[in-house]
Amino acid sequence: MLDLDLFLNYQDSIIKGILMTLRMSAGGIAGAMVLGLLLFILSRAGGFWTALLYRGYVTLFRGTPLLVQLFVVFYGGPHIGLEWSAERVGLVGLALYGAAYFAEIFRSGFEAVPKGQIESARDLGLSRSQIFRVVLWPQIMARSLAPMVGQSVILVKESSVLSIITVAELTNVAMTIANQTYSMMEPYLVLALVYWAIAISIARLGAVFESRLTHYQAG
Amino acid sequence: MFDFTAVVPYLPQLFRGLLSTIGVSFSSIALGLVLGWLICLGRVRSGFWISKICAVYVSFFRGTPLLVQLILVFYALPSVGISFPPVVAAVVALTLNTSAFQAEILRAGFRMLPEGQSEAARDLGMSPLQILLFIQIPQVLRSMLPALTNETLDIIKNSALVSAVAVHELMRTAQTLASTTYRPLEFFVVAGLLYLLVTLLTARAGRWLESRMRMV
Repeated sequence: MLDLDLFLNYQDSIIKGILMTLRMSAGGIAGAMVLGLLLFILSRAGGFWTALLYRGYVTLFRGTPLLVQLFVVFYGGPHIGLEWSAERVGLVGLALYGAAYFAEIFRSGFEAVPKGQIESARDLGLSRSQIFRVVLWPQIMARSLAPMVGQSVILVKESSVLSIITVAELTNVAMTIANQTYSMMEPYLVLALVYWAIAISIARLGAVFESRLTHYQAG
Repeated sequence: MFDFTAVVPYLPQLFRGLLSTIGVSFSSIALGLVLGWLICLGRVRSGFWISKICAVYVSFFRGTPLLVQLILVFYALPSVGISFPPVVAAVVALTLNTSAFQAEILRAGFRMLPEGQSEAARDLGMSPLQILLFIQIPQVLRSMLPALTNETLDIIKNSALVSAVAVHELMRTAQTLASTTYRPLEFFVVAGLLYLLVTLLTARAGRWLESRMRMV
């Protein structure tokens, strides 16, 4: 029924596809976390314009489909002199998109910290950066960890969308195999199983991290 | 350089695409809510095996990309003799996907219900079905409304992926127009703005519903 031999002929491109998926996801997640943190700090900087910029960014990137964002840069970019490779558009696209979500995760982690703590830390003579590093950051991280793991899984899954802008990641490879061999079931079924395995692994890994970090969490 | 006036003659076409996006998304959300309830009840109210099967269903549909699920419904199922017209296939895939997410949302809502409530209702002589319909479901829906609104927003955005398989919704229409007019930037930006419009309005509607349903 299922013809699994056909995978042997495509070993190389499958391995390349998996590596590309991992590269795009890992790069996208890392970029999104860093950028999301910067956005969060920007939103805490105070002032009308920074708040507006933050709101605008988050609304725009969370309110439109990733596919549209990718298409604007990939197909629209060359018309304004931005000729990026599909991989670069994919990596930057995932990072920009994910950053909006990570920034909101950090923000809600921050808002869960009781404000009295900041006041007492200030009264104890801690400087602004000390308050952030010693008092706020560990608590924000403890609260953000579970949603960050969830968001990372989402980004790995979203990286499959990059196949549409011709990045040769796993989904793209599966489509190629299906089109060349006319077998539609096996490549796509295995494709789904690989993503499923990645998603479950990340969730497990996150659970381990979480159990180590939660002693920071106030009850 | 930018010439958004080029988009104007095609606005009616884009709006038709938008309507199709709205139709596909909201019918999937509604069907997904029904299926999601069944799966949620399967997880919290059934025996070992049904509960396990529902857990695997939820794990699979939450753990694999929607694009892959769409591809499975569009290309893999027909190869074993199950095929649908494109729009139906799109709704089927989106419904399967969102039902898993909605089942988890509803399950979280169930866990927040105090145990004593259903005991009290039973002592008052209500049947298990009555307790479910009149006491538990309304509370779960109300407390989980923000999460359900977010899920609706996700489905509206994710429905753009349907364009990759065949349905002429907003994204597909924008793609066709972008390539026939050589103005990808304008058409994709306008498509993005239309999605933004729908997601913002839906978020607004969700908040309005929340304020209407708030407990006094």
